[in-house]
Amino acid sequence: MQKATLKAFAFAAALAVATPFAGLPAPAAAQTLTVGVGGNITSMDPHFHNLGPNNNIAQYFFDRLVHFDAQQKPIPGLAESWRSIDDNTWEFKLRRGVKFHDGSDFDAEDVVASFKRVPWVPNSPSSFVAFVLGLETTVVDSHTLRFRTPAPRPLMPIDFAVVNIVNRKNAESPTSDFNSGAAMNGTGPFRFGQFAPGDRVSMTRNDAYWGEKSHWASVTTRIITNASARTAALLAGDVQIIDQVQTADLPRLKQNTNLRLERVIGNRLIYLHLDHNRDETPFLFDKATGQPLKANPLKDLRVRQALSKAINRQALAERIFDGEAIPAGGLLPDGFYGASPKLKPEAQDLAGAQRLLREAGFPNGLKMTLHGPNDRYPEDDKVLQALGPMFTRAGIETSVVPMPWATYASQSSAPTFAFSVMLVGWGSDTGETSSPLRALLATRSPGFGASNRGRYSNPTMDALLNRALQTVDPAAREKLLFEASELAVGDVGIIPLYYQVNLWGLRANLTYQARTDEYTLAHLVKPR
Amino acid sequence: MSVFIIRRLSQSALVLLIMSLLVFFGVFAIGDPIEIFIAADADQAERERAIAALGLDKPIWLQYFYFLANALGGDLGRSFVFNIPAIDLILLRLPATLELAFCAVFLSVAFGIPLGMYAGYRPDSRAAKTIMATSIAGFSLPTFWVGLMMILVFAVELGWLPASGRGELGTFLGIQSSLFTLNGLAHLALPALNLALFNISLVIRLTRAGMRENMPMDYVKFARAKGLTQRRVVFVHVMKNIMIPVVTVIGLEIGQVIAFAVVTETIFAWPGMGKLIIDSINNLDRPVIVAYLLIIVLMFIVINLVVDVLYSVLDPRVRLSDTGK
Amino acid sequence: MADLDTPFRRFVADFREDKVAVGAAVLFVAIFAAAMACAYISPQNPYDLRQLDIMDGKMPPGKASMDGLVFWLGSDGQGRDMVSAILYGLRTSFLVAVTSGFIAAAVGTAVGLAAAYYGGWVDTLLMRTVDIKLSFPAILIALVLLAVFGQGTGKIVVALVVIQWAYYARTVRASALVERRKEYVEAAQCLALPQRRILFRHILPNCLPPLIVVGTIQIANSIALEATLSFLGVGLPITEPSLGLLIANGFEYILSGVYWISFFPGVALLVTIVSINLVGDRLRDVLNPRLQK
Repeated sequence: MQKATLKAFAFAAALAVATPFAGLPAPAAAQTLTVGVGGNITSMDPHFHNLGPNNNIAQYFFDRLVHFDAQQKPIPGLAESWRSIDDNTWEFKLRRGVKFHDGSDFDAEDVVASFKRVPWVPNSPSSFVAFVLGLETTVVDSHTLRFRTPAPRPLMPIDFAVVNIVNRKNAESPTSDFNSGAAMNGTGPFRFGQFAPGDRVSMTRNDAYWGEKSHWASVTTRIITNASARTAALLAGDVQIIDQVQTADLPRLKQNTNLRLERVIGNRLIYLHLDHNRDETPFLFDKATGQPLKANPLKDLRVRQALSKAINRQALAERIFDGEAIPAGGLLPDGFYGASPKLKPEAQDLAGAQRLLREAGFPNGLKMTLHGPNDRYPEDDKVLQALGPMFTRAGIETSVVPMPWATYASQSSAPTFAFSVMLVGWGSDTGETSSPLRALLATRSPGFGASNRGRYSNPTMDALLNRALQTVDPAAREKLLFEASELAVGDVGIIPLYYQVNLWGLRANLTYQARTDEYTLAHLVKPR
Repeated sequence: MSVFIIRRLSQSALVLLIMSLLVFFGVFAIGDPIEIFIAADADQAERERAIAALGLDKPIWLQYFYFLANALGGDLGRSFVFNIPAIDLILLRLPATLELAFCAVFLSVAFGIPLGMYAGYRPDSRAAKTIMATSIAGFSLPTFWVGLMMILVFAVELGWLPASGRGELGTFLGIQSSLFTLNGLAHLALPALNLALFNISLVIRLTRAGMRENMPMDYVKFARAKGLTQRRVVFVHVMKNIMIPVVTVIGLEIGQVIAFAVVTETIFAWPGMGKLIIDSINNLDRPVIVAYLLIIVLMFIVINLVVDVLYSVLDPRVRLSDTGK
Repeated sequence: MADLDTPFRRFVADFREDKVAVGAAVLFVAIFAAAMACAYISPQNPYDLRQLDIMDGKMPPGKASMDGLVFWLGSDGQGRDMVSAILYGLRTSFLVAVTSGFIAAAVGTAVGLAAAYYGGWVDTLLMRTVDIKLSFPAILIALVLLAVFGQGTGKIVVALVVIQWAYYARTVRASALVERRKEYVEAAQCLALPQRRILFRHILPNCLPPLIVVGTIQIANSIALEATLSFLGVGLPITEPSLGLLIANGFEYILSGVYWISFFPGVALLVTIVSINLVGDRLRDVLNPRLQK
């Protein structure tokens, strides 16, 4: 026994001596970058799962016909230009001279093959089908494509900014071929190295990239889902840039001179959904008896307004987010397409809220339970716990039930709709207001109101939105979107709380153009 | 003995079956996985397509029947999240966990046995008392809290060691492990120590008890009377005798350590199986949850069986039987 | 000193020989009493959202809130006074551990008695189940149950019962087997007393000492396990944080030097568990007949 132990010791000692020579990491060359990301990348297949972290990593290896700039404005990608020929037809001119990583040329056939692959991908838990549905595709020449749709589709270029283009040879490659690298033959700024699920993705620069080439010869994206661990990795120098910096770490990052922050107001609105639908709603109670009310008070505009007036949005932004959140009054922050400049965040007005409740017939106030997730949005549980006292002070005695997203997601939506007042977030992938109007506020019907957990329904708003969605002229469309948003928010269809600020922490000698779409793109990280 | 093994294996099969039933039918009781995976703006058609794609459109007993049929062929289904066979996914994460677990076991032996022997050899010395008091603390300290404090002290305040993650991998004799790089060892140090803490205390107490039991025994006096040096008596004769229970317990503890790695992996963002199972529970990724549990249960059954059989081989007084002892 | 020979007095006298254990017992009683009286002695009700204000969040130890309440151990991100939060958290931890301990002891005792008394295939079946159950680590069982049932106070109690009953069953069976062969049981059987009476009035009381030892240690283990599960996010709801959740909540602030949110609850947890374990250790020495002088 003793000998064995001795041997073990000797072995360990030998290792300790030998390792510095055997496995010492190569001196960090100036051209390598390690990124720490919070989202869990689940696949390399760009068509497998419509999920933020996957869509993000796909941009390293693949391109789309249309790209987004940092403000989510569409810019040319693999398509050099596009125009609407008539209300129902769009024409896309493809970029010439683009090569895939294997050296083959990119042309219209690759686009056709990619769009065909989207609905084909097996086992997809959330596909990209909606973006390429109902297209009648004509290949005009090798670098010109026309798409006809039954109804006008002004958002087609934006839809195409989500769908990645793979090589035609991979039209029937299964997801596993992408994970292994066999099918990772894109046109993007990086060549695929290796994917270790739950751990990291490595890559090298594509020196033949058609666009601006990356400064970094090799890049590793490390998946660090725990926010504290991510910050710790940045502090320790293990990674040079992290996304989704958590609020609690801001003071430490701000005082560290070796680090800096990049920020931009994001496209994600955190808001409260209200049950507009049921005659008796399950979580609003009579204050005295604690019994459910016979009539749903949320159907009364004054009660909804009172709820909104009870909230101190400034305090949420300052105390919970250390100032890194923006009080919200509309659906998207100023500057986004369709964001009405008239919608300003409402100031807290407790007296006003109490007066409205009195007018609505609740002089003694109400009792309610507020539901929300505790692991979905940054600081969501804290926001919920802070909202409770605010409503209570306005006369609506509130208890708060935060729950894991796994439970909350299914209970809060169809067919259960278990809650009355609930906290949710909405990130507008399209970067314009038709996205939240359509998903959150339009009457539930095929293609509309998919996330309308409150089942708000306003025919006038629906009509305005429908007209907007069929209007190709940008200025006319934006005017309709303004009207629709002002109508829905004025009617307190939802209660906007705040817009998230997207934060990146990075070494002081780097810069990154912070993006509203929350993506972290290594080729856009540059030395200062 | 073969009867014993056969009976034990058939019992194990029953345990596996019950476990898989419970988890398979139970996991979706707390939520609907489609709500987690689907894009928030997906419409009803897309929703139905996704339900069918994941095979969730069939009645649950039929899903279970398919699962069982495939499981007999060694296929435990594909992860909803990764679209990778659940077994592959787990095996991909297994090395990181094993590396952590074995380092922890190594540390518990390397610290536990010498300290325990000393504490048993000179039970009344001040050092021995300190060792024993510390071992009570080691028993009582909640692993996760110690982990946090370690990060706070060694990573944040002193900056000696990295706070989280697995370091670079090196290859040695065809095995890929972070043990073979300096960077990897630095990353391993805190989590391994954190995971080992409980077992160090356990081994200390076991060894000490063994020492105290053996030192007054006749064979020790006899060996001394033969004129053997004290060193030889302690390190050869006594050690041989206290090793049997210690080795048994360590063997059984390997399984415990692997299971408990869940906590350490969460704190130190260690990319092992434990972190995978927590993520999978949060994502309702049923195939992975079921596969993880079945694999780990199987592992336990095998470890227990091996320990029992070895024990009967080592100690002829032990008879293998199935009734309670 | 003839009256010194009642078992209880002898036990107390034995127990008092170890000064450390006595200290630990006193400490434990103090902690337990403080936790149970938290509603009367703590400066704030940390579960009542009306008493919280986020403007008081993350105050360092010794600072006062806007209402003049001094946060002796600081406040958490929601503006909860840590002293109050720890006391309430301790109460939650104790309630969960003690409730589950009692239920598990009841179930385990029933199983253990049945196995010992009936023997034969009943014994084999029950004890094989116990063996299988004990061969799996507690945390794994808890994760399975909580994955299936979801989280909540009631559910964690169920999980802890499932984890613990087998320890009691095995202990009770072992001592009941010893008792069953004793003469007084044979005598009772000769008197044709009903089985139930023999089991519960004669055998059970004699199985209590080892049961108490196991119970003490199990309570410490359940407190630690509940804290761990809550830390992993599969335990108790965050609006009524137990010690584990307080520590978990503090985790995210650690890098910013806001150490007190997880440090002090951790110390409270540690002191509680160590004192229970020290008492348990001593109880084992005192109540274990093999070690008695």
